[in-house]
Amino acid sequence: MNKTLKTGFRILAVVILVTGLFTSCRSGATKAEGDDASLDVPVDNPAIFDDLKNAEKIFNALPSPLESAMLVKSAGARFDDGLLNKVGNANNYVSNKSMALNLGIYTCDLSFASLYDQTQLIINYMEAAKKMADGLGILEAIQQEQIDRLEENITNKEVIMEIVSETFMNSNAYLAENNQHAIAAIVLAGGWIEGLYISTQLVDLNDFADNKLVERITDQKLSVDILLDLLDNSKGDPSVDELIAQVGRIKTVFDKVTVKTSAVTPEHDQATDVTTLKSEVTSDMSPAVFSELSTVVSEIRNSFVK
Amino acid sequence: MRIKKFLPFLAIFIIAVSFDAAAQCKGFAKKTVLPELGSYTHDGNYHAAVLVEGEEAELYKTFYSDMDYRVSVAGDETIPAVEFSVVDANRNVLYTNKNKNSGTWDFKLESSQQLKLIVRVPSAGKSTQAPASGCVAIMFGFKIDK
Repeated sequence: MNKTLKTGFRILAVVILVTGLFTSCRSGATKAEGDDASLDVPVDNPAIFDDLKNAEKIFNALPSPLESAMLVKSAGARFDDGLLNKVGNANNYVSNKSMALNLGIYTCDLSFASLYDQTQLIINYMEAAKKMADGLGILEAIQQEQIDRLEENITNKEVIMEIVSETFMNSNAYLAENNQHAIAAIVLAGGWIEGLYISTQLVDLNDFADNKLVERITDQKLSVDILLDLLDNSKGDPSVDELIAQVGRIKTVFDKVTVKTSAVTPEHDQATDVTTLKSEVTSDMSPAVFSELSTVVSEIRNSFVK
Repeated sequence: MRIKKFLPFLAIFIIAVSFDAAAQCKGFAKKTVLPELGSYTHDGNYHAAVLVEGEEAELYKTFYSDMDYRVSVAGDETIPAVEFSVVDANRNVLYTNKNKNSGTWDFKLESSQQLKLIVRVPSAGKSTQAPASGCVAIMFGFKIDK
């Protein structure tokens, strides 16, 4: 083979390799490790699936800011605007990490404001989220037309929810499709921690037993490992490594709580075409562990918004 | 010498086609998968990727008690109809769309669970052709308290 041909094929091989790497990393999906051998899985371990991942693409799905806010509202919690990050703080965030964290945080606050019909706050938080998205270069995430449409439909909850959901999807789709997985994970982490912060602050320790909101917070034990898996995909990035350590502190507290789940039985209702997954869960979250969780989450969240 | 001249153009073409294929998944997800959520509010998360015939994707997510969920899964028309199933921690299959001809599933939970969604692009079985690839998107919606 002559020299020109050899050089040509080398260039082509490098191009194909680089292209393959880029395309396979898109969409936040990762190649899994481990085999799928038969395993006994304990039902009280939230990391139950860890050794079983073997597909070509893996998605670790955290509750979105909108879902986090919905979980708090459906637990009957009140709205307290004093718990949200002040929109005026938006000017303080200049690094990519702080803008990514606060894009998640402001989107979560926006979701709370929307679900609780706080009309003026909805506009303010949408603008704060836009500032973060623009700063990160995600110009298509929140466009002026969406803010105008929000203002025109400020009493129409359905439209508001549609816009909030659409703008968040625009952000994380842009980040996934532009190979910015670390930033995408940081945005999701910011939103999740804000939801956890707001919910822990709303719990009255004098009304702890059988408190629905405490149940919702305990449920987040199931998502800590998903968040750590998500962040782990970008391990080595200094911003992510710091975040892994902070989320690790939250996991350490959640590890003090035991959650036991019975077998899940699906029951399909022909009339509604809805399946109910029947099971029972018990947990032993104590007020002391809850207070520790609340303190750790508060410290971490406050370090994000300062 | 001719080959050397041609290679940079081929390289640019390969990169452009690959990037374009991935970028189209957002459009596909928005136009095809999102509308299937119907009256359920999309949670805002984006899960889409290009899969090749015979490939699988797995999604791990916690679902919460007392929430009404709909999952919508679809692949674009270049690949065979996508199969998906939902399994629990003990790998019991709670739902599969196999033989159901449906890309959505409505469900709720009595207690919160971490579940795994397995999505598979079946092989069309034409061994003489290169396996087809296309976008696959997974979206979740839930009902909002009015």
